[in-house]
Amino acid sequence: MISLEHVEKRYSGTAAPAVGDLTLEIGEGETVALVGPSGCGKTTTLKMINRLIEPTGGRILLDSTNVLDQDPVLLRRGIGYVIQHTGLLPHRTIRQNISTVPRLVAWNDERIAARIAELIEIFDLDAELLDRYPAELSGGQRQRVGVARALAADPPVMLMDEPFAAVDPIVRGRLQDQFLDIQARLRKTIVFVTHDVDEAIKLSDRMAILNVGGVLEQFAPPETVLREPENDFVREFVGAERGLKRLALIKVGDIEVDDGPVVSPSASADEARRVIDEAGFGWVSVVDEGELLGWVDRHELEGCATAGEPTPRPFSAYVTARDSLRQALDSVVTSRTAAAVVVSEGQHYRGILTLERISKEIVA
Amino acid sequence: MEIITDGFSWLTDPANWSGSNGVPIRVWEHLQLSLIALTIATVIAVPLGLAIGHTGRGRFISVQVANIGRSVPSLAILGLVFLIAVERVPALAFGSLPTIVALAALGIPVILINTYVGIDQVDRETVEAARGMGMSGMQVLRRLEVPLATPLIMTGLRLAAVQIVATAGLAALIAGGGLGRYVIDGFYQRENDRMVAGAILIAAISVLTDLVFTLLARLAAPRLTSGSKGSGKIPA
Repeated sequence: MISLEHVEKRYSGTAAPAVGDLTLEIGEGETVALVGPSGCGKTTTLKMINRLIEPTGGRILLDSTNVLDQDPVLLRRGIGYVIQHTGLLPHRTIRQNISTVPRLVAWNDERIAARIAELIEIFDLDAELLDRYPAELSGGQRQRVGVARALAADPPVMLMDEPFAAVDPIVRGRLQDQFLDIQARLRKTIVFVTHDVDEAIKLSDRMAILNVGGVLEQFAPPETVLREPENDFVREFVGAERGLKRLALIKVGDIEVDDGPVVSPSASADEARRVIDEAGFGWVSVVDEGELLGWVDRHELEGCATAGEPTPRPFSAYVTARDSLRQALDSVVTSRTAAAVVVSEGQHYRGILTLERISKEIVA
Repeated sequence: MEIITDGFSWLTDPANWSGSNGVPIRVWEHLQLSLIALTIATVIAVPLGLAIGHTGRGRFISVQVANIGRSVPSLAILGLVFLIAVERVPALAFGSLPTIVALAALGIPVILINTYVGIDQVDRETVEAARGMGMSGMQVLRRLEVPLATPLIMTGLRLAAVQIVATAGLAALIAGGGLGRYVIDGFYQRENDRMVAGAILIAAISVLTDLVFTLLARLAAPRLTSGSKGSGKIPA
């Protein structure tokens, strides 16, 4: 979809090129992160694709046409562009902002109105916001409008320059989740720049790790980069917590969970005690026909006939199949029971995750 | 203070409000001169300021020239243009032309600098986002830079207008019309009341000009919030 062939950018008066000789092949529907330390030319590379910066050498093919052969203004209308501070026109309403590119490419009013209705649904924006001005929106809302605006004319390719860097971490997390949801549906070809390794790991299909001067150190899926960093530069860049970061990529639903100690509420107290001793956690989950009621320990079973007689205490935290192993790990280490209980929709008991089980994934 | 009250007495005398040397005619002449000069200054300085702000080229030189221009007194320009005109086109030497040239020259630097700064202060990221979406240079200028620079451009026009109106009295030095006539004639004919009345009138229409342009600026300001017009601030 996009291929950079020996792309070079030199600024006159500087000895070292900003980007030396970069070759990169980006597939259709792929999300690629350009990451690296400052001075690695990641933003320069991004802006060469839509010619906000003109390359001084090499070719950039978009759908097998060299972008350097196209009129830059027309080229850009066919590529979505999102920047850190959104760059919304402050004197135009949200509606006018979103319609910018459709108007540039001369869509008629009905088509634009229909597209806006579609976009506010996709981006979960309040229709009331459409007649407000950018200054009246929160940072998170502005950022969503910025992405919606970039997608307004439905371009197949989108370039994003530090798209979520300007918002606070909580909002950023939410925007990233929304980005993943939307991208799963739309399957655009996306190239984004970030200085945040975790963001690249979370959002990209493949990450291109660049060194100073646009030297490509590794171009691979995050999972591979974390497990087999190509060299010391990559190892250092992704940081010491590679194992933990990899956990963020694995969903609880992707691995097999342990059955864990389980009894039904009608089981005898003796039976419950036996299960507790066998598992060695000091407690047992009480599950009634698949539904998790809570847990009891030996102490509570004292003088009871069945496992269901003492009211089972609810678990303070659950993990679902959609959570990452990193989140599960957090639940495990913070729970008093040294294990995280995995449930699916409607408190349906699935099993437990232990520290031991998770560390097996780290070393895998 | 008697001299001031004399000036006001002169102004309240109905005899001074009629005829070819009456207040309405002189005010009209004064405004006409000023408006022509302001229009010329605007036509020259605004496009130049837009071009410099948009391209970033000629920034340094234009600011230097404008600063020099600001420090040359209007009286000197008037004298210079007058002398050149006497030599080359005597028919135009006495009358409005030298005054208009001098007044326009007075207005150009302040309009130029405000226009240039107005464009220059538009957030570069917003401009880049607009270019990145596929706006051409002219579209960026028309749809983004000019609207957002409007408050500063209007400030330049207001300052220029007030300066021009306040200075247009110079016309009388070379036999032109306008309110300067009262000041100059009053001075030479020892009619202090007339001279003071002229000064009061010039001051009054200068203040009025300031008010009118302040109002115009408010009307022209870009809207940045859905509340009342002009109340918004440009977000950082």
